Amino acid sequence: MRYFPHTPEDITEMLNTVGVKSLEDLFGTIPVDCRRTSDLNLPQALTEWELNHHIDELCGSMAVSPEYKVFMGAGSYEHYIPVSLNHLLSRSEFVTSYTPYQPEMSQGTLQAIFEYQTLTARLLGMEVANASQYDGASALAEAALMAVRISRRKKVAVSRLVHPHYRRVLKTYLAPTDNEIIELPYLPDGTTDLSSLDALDDLAAVVVQSPNFFGCIENLKVIGDKTRAEKTLFVVGFSEPLAYGLMKNPGSQGADIACGEGQSLGIPRSFGGPALGMFATRMPYVRNMPGRLVGQTKDVDGKRGFVLTLATREQHIRRERATSNICTNHSLCALASAMYMSSLGGSGIKTLARLNYDKSEYLKGALRKAGFSIPFKQSTFNEFVVRFKDGFEKTYERLTAEKIIAGLPLECYYPELPNHYLLCVTETISKQDMDELVQKIK
Amino acid sequence: MKEFPGTSGLILNEPLLWEKGKKGRCGFSLPRRDVESFPVDENLAGDGPDFPDLSEVDVVRHYTRLSQWNFSVDSGMYPLGSCTMKYNPKTNERQAAQPGFAAAHPMLHPDLSQGILKLMFDLERFLIEITGMDAATLQPAAGAHGELAGMLLFYTYHQSKGAPRSKIIVPDTAHGTNPASAALCGYKPVPIKSNEKGILAPEDVAAVMDEQTAGIMVTNPNTLGLFEENIKKIAEIVHAKGGLVYGDGANMNAVMGITDMGKIGIDVLHLNLHKTFSTPHGGGGPGAGPVCVLKHLEPFLPVPRVILKKGRYLLSENFPESIGTLHAFNGNVGVLVKAYSYIMSLGAENLKKASQLAVLNASYIKTQLKETFKLAYDRPCMHECVFSDELQQAHKVTTLDIVKRLMDYGFHPPTIYFPLVVPGAIMIEPTETESKEDIDLFVQSLKAIAKEAAENPQLLTEAPTKCHRRRLDETMAARKPCLTG
Repeated sequence: MRYFPHTPEDITEMLNTVGVKSLEDLFGTIPVDCRRTSDLNLPQALTEWELNHHIDELCGSMAVSPEYKVFMGAGSYEHYIPVSLNHLLSRSEFVTSYTPYQPEMSQGTLQAIFEYQTLTARLLGMEVANASQYDGASALAEAALMAVRISRRKKVAVSRLVHPHYRRVLKTYLAPTDNEIIELPYLPDGTTDLSSLDALDDLAAVVVQSPNFFGCIENLKVIGDKTRAEKTLFVVGFSEPLAYGLMKNPGSQGADIACGEGQSLGIPRSFGGPALGMFATRMPYVRNMPGRLVGQTKDVDGKRGFVLTLATREQHIRRERATSNICTNHSLCALASAMYMSSLGGSGIKTLARLNYDKSEYLKGALRKAGFSIPFKQSTFNEFVVRFKDGFEKTYERLTAEKIIAGLPLECYYPELPNHYLLCVTETISKQDMDELVQKIK
Repeated sequence: MKEFPGTSGLILNEPLLWEKGKKGRCGFSLPRRDVESFPVDENLAGDGPDFPDLSEVDVVRHYTRLSQWNFSVDSGMYPLGSCTMKYNPKTNERQAAQPGFAAAHPMLHPDLSQGILKLMFDLERFLIEITGMDAATLQPAAGAHGELAGMLLFYTYHQSKGAPRSKIIVPDTAHGTNPASAALCGYKPVPIKSNEKGILAPEDVAAVMDEQTAGIMVTNPNTLGLFEENIKKIAEIVHAKGGLVYGDGANMNAVMGITDMGKIGIDVLHLNLHKTFSTPHGGGGPGAGPVCVLKHLEPFLPVPRVILKKGRYLLSENFPESIGTLHAFNGNVGVLVKAYSYIMSLGAENLKKASQLAVLNASYIKTQLKETFKLAYDRPCMHECVFSDELQQAHKVTTLDIVKRLMDYGFHPPTIYFPLVVPGAIMIEPTETESKEDIDLFVQSLKAIAKEAAENPQLLTEAPTKCHRRRLDETMAARKPCLTG
């Protein structure tokens, strides 16, 4: 096996030093009744070349662009990723190192994460961001738990327009606690209905997503003003952070915690993971924050350097009283997004976000012109809901056979919305692709 | 003697991102505009983030220089105990990067994703076979996430029996994630001490196990690198009171193909694919923390689950007793592909060999260094061994000084000050992918450092001297937090 450097002579010599006769003898402390009695039953080992062939075969059955035109976002977005990112991200020094516990040997990772924290805070308009969570769903669940800790209250109001998958992860996290989730319905314009909030007191948090699952931009300012008066924490989730290149960010609208999915910032979709849980808050709450933080300091020569800090919040120090159980996070994904954000820059992200907006507006207009309705009137970013005519499933299947995925059917998540589909257009979809979609739907 | 790898290389300075660049640059090939511009609601439009503008060259140099300030497995031996810093095969990276997997949308109809679903289905089977368990979920994104899944399984299982429980037994050698994960499910951790042999005694478990206790969390081999020899008896005690046994599989790299966790009495076991199954640690993640269970807990596994029906792979939600869902989609699939590739590359025989060589390397280090450093428990070790600074304290040097000096010799330090039961712990896990020559050099450097400690302790207290930065002021970082620039 090419990963094992030991020659038979090495093994013999090392066994002699240890003072045992065979490799089996090294396991003498394992009681006989704890041992396997048979060999592992696994497929025969493959050579590097056989493995390539095997994986290529498995990949052959996958529907991916450019062969397929996928007008589906819903929390997983196709954006162009510069090849420079792939190149930088494959550097062994980033890929094959671990959590920077020894700062003198990890200044690269530490500075890069400090920069990620800064770019994330700037993108979301917040004061502090952590070094990452697993994904948008677990970030949202941790935000709810953090709000419960800070407010010492037990009820969390969550918009039905938060990604349905995130909501069910939140439900799973809260199941063994005595905290309660209250669902906020939505209005005909595609934004969260806040009318029930006035009757609810003692809320730990109000949780919305913007752009929400229907792609609509929420009126964050209104919610922020309301929650501030009630000492309720305002949690703004997201699944498409590129939107903040064009739209107002959560911090400027009064968010106390902004958290969500960063996959769209330079991370491939990979069937849903690994992605990036982005998590940011205001400084007064920093000691209640989950996850790792990198801070700036100086070395003994007075030179600027970076270390893991405020670790007394974390499980390895505080154990059962930690702010979270997270240890391994998604550092390399955070690094990817920092590389992506710095490649785009302040000017580039505005241009790219505007292009996403304009393209989806173009498709929206074209579908409307073709006679389909756009049921929710609120502004959107790069995805939106369309109501097709009865029996559209047949058309959807026909299009799938023609390698066009005409969005995500919403009925299984929102039974009251038959024939409603969530369509997404990013910069990777051309005008010609969109014209063809409309042509073939008609 | 061979020369030590530690030297100072050509390390260049590099400012923070926003200290370079110039407004108007862009490092991104912006796609061509082929549609007109549409108006944006002024009440919603913002100014965009204040990011620095950089060229592609600026970005490439920036991150290339930063990378050179890092030590990594590909640079040299990285013997972090309990982290299993083994070599990360490059072919795994190739497999996970294939567009068929990397570009796959997670919400397409399963008919359009058969390849990846088959891989996931088969990987579950492999992990079940390797552990001796009955069923698995690949959803948890990391070890601690797997622990949370495990504790939710405990919680839901006891709920289903109509008798929720309030406590859980956690040994003093456990990783901090164990009590933190249990606490998320409302369990109060009841700590128990390991005995004079460094392992758990059945009578200590029996003394605290009662009908209010959900079960026990055991890391086996434990964080002292010792096999919990009484595990079967302990499992019987816990099971007799209606409790469950959680196996923290962080140290599974010691026992692949050797133990049968199901037979041992483990009910739930998590694996760290980024440790045992060679997927890279990425400077702190992403990893993956699949959870394996025995048959009686299978109905509670997270949904959706990959199932095989009439020759088609499907994602099924139809498990009404499930604990729920822990991930937005299907777990860290990109990581799963790498672990699958590792298992396919090694096969049964070499997986067992990996464990044997990992234990051989650790045992060899233990034997070579036990005259130089105080061994916490002088017993046969598994994949790691734990020393302390007890013999060096006379020279007023500590574990921290010893490992900082090791950096100058060109090695990454071991895990230090953990497990907590060994004051000044130095926990060394070489893994199977280190050669005898490199281990010999590592042993020689630690011996040389011990000699320096006696003769010239300043060399240790002032180390490291060859890194990009010398010792950093962690107190200042915590007192006056500067978390953004």
